[in-house]
Amino acid sequence: MKTRGGRFWAVFWGGLALLYFFLPLYGTLEFSLRMQKGTYSLLAYQTVLADPQFLTSFGYSAAMGVITVTLSMLLFVPTVYWIYLRVPKARPIMEVITILPFIIPTIVYVFGLIRTFSGPPFQLTETPFKTDILITAGYIVLSMPYMFRAVDVGMRSIDVRMLTEAAQSLGANQVQILFHVIFPNQRIAILSGALICFALVIGELILGDFLVRPALGPYMVQVGRDRAYEPAALAIISYALTWICLGLIQFFSRGSKTQRQLTGR
Amino acid sequence: MDQAISAPRTRRIHLPTRLSNWLGLLPFFIFILVFLILPSLNLFLGAFKDQAGNFTLENISLLTDTYVLKSYSISLQISVITSIVGGLFGFAVAYAITLGHAPRWMRTVLITFAGLAANFGGVPLAFAFIATVGRTGFITALLKQICFTDASGAQVCPFNPYDHGFNLYSMTGLVLAYLYFQMPLMVLVITPALEGLKKDWREAAENLGASTRQYWLHVALPILWPSILGAMLLLFGSAFGAYATAQALTGGSIYLVTILIGQQIRGDVLNNPNEGYALALGMVVVMAFTIAGYTILQRRTTRWLQI
Repeated sequence: MKTRGGRFWAVFWGGLALLYFFLPLYGTLEFSLRMQKGTYSLLAYQTVLADPQFLTSFGYSAAMGVITVTLSMLLFVPTVYWIYLRVPKARPIMEVITILPFIIPTIVYVFGLIRTFSGPPFQLTETPFKTDILITAGYIVLSMPYMFRAVDVGMRSIDVRMLTEAAQSLGANQVQILFHVIFPNQRIAILSGALICFALVIGELILGDFLVRPALGPYMVQVGRDRAYEPAALAIISYALTWICLGLIQFFSRGSKTQRQLTGR
Repeated sequence: MDQAISAPRTRRIHLPTRLSNWLGLLPFFIFILVFLILPSLNLFLGAFKDQAGNFTLENISLLTDTYVLKSYSISLQISVITSIVGGLFGFAVAYAITLGHAPRWMRTVLITFAGLAANFGGVPLAFAFIATVGRTGFITALLKQICFTDASGAQVCPFNPYDHGFNLYSMTGLVLAYLYFQMPLMVLVITPALEGLKKDWREAAENLGASTRQYWLHVALPILWPSILGAMLLLFGSAFGAYATAQALTGGSIYLVTILIGQQIRGDVLNNPNEGYALALGMVVVMAFTIAGYTILQRRTTRWLQI
């Protein structure tokens, strides 16, 4: 196996993969700098960052990301904690439920969501605020597979029962146990779940597009239709964002094996 | 996990309160019921109703409509092609960085980039490929510049890919873009399996006089094939449900099932909302089979490869 031929093919395939990774990246970067004729400049980036619509949509998606992360955590950490403490039988059921967003393609799910909540009896689309409730619920569902797994892995690594009993014997109530014992012990799991969730919301197209909210995804599609160089700049910006989120996850969860996949396609 | 499960004593004492234990999960189950089960059920039931709300199988028969069949065929083609090509390419790369003695730096860079690229989907991916191999893209421009003067003195530039029938805004382009996340996904999924191949097995085979070919054919591949097939099913699923990249790259001019459903949401192109439900139901059935197959193969995998 350590023949020269084997090594050649290893380098060949590795090199080919590197080219495939880097060429589009380099191409995009180069293209994004070419807005000013004859010279490289950051004009495309300046244009994007100065576009009030970009700021609005980025702000909207970032706010949605934070809200989704917060609510998702408040939903999942207590639920998974309770499962580990009292109803371990429910864990397999949770596993099946949280894998559903993988089986139901996003576009199909959003189709169902819109047809269910765009009319009585549960109308949630008449005002922007109500639509935002709907879209947040959608984001929570879409990020559920990652969130549940992150919290599940974290919960497995601590002795839930012992921590609870210790806290109880010191006179803590359930709420105190959750917020002063369980949450702090789950910092890393929560953080990596939160980053995945946040990156997913930022990159999501379908929900924002079909529920007609000013999210980053639809804005990018529109820029892609109307402009030449700005889309490349946007691609580089979002590549950098993904990189930062993944880097942070890697940094905070050294050694632990969690699945890493962020964006919806 | 086991610590929590292995506490039968406490559970027996609290037997009367067991129902109240389940009540603690109520918030989650209500959320799931309203925002996941209800919409899914709505789609499912809608697929078997006519516009007046009566039961019918007519929507399902729409799935034999040529228009719909064509969209399913395009979606399946793209998913199969990208999962096979991406799968083989990814396997070769994973092999190179595990057993193939590629340089260490190459291994580190490739693993890092695989993690990144597998997550780089959606709209930005489409933009990256437009900027690279689009009509005015970076590589297209490079290839266009390679020009010669031929025998008659005329300038010829034989390497412009767009003169040879290549078009990024077509199925070829879509396959090229999908491979950007498919191949790394394969690398990520299959690398642990390759690392799980024990050196002992190879040595044992060699001691018994097996050639490299025999080792792969009779030892390594029989152990690996469930992982490989399972990983390819995962790739298939990830391509089949994809929407954003195709929408941003082709503006919806390639009729994938997902694109068709998107247009149905916007403007009811099929003239009957319930037919859209049937279209969606078909997708869920395909995905359910894919994930089921993946799960079964995954179970076969863990028998040998304890990762």
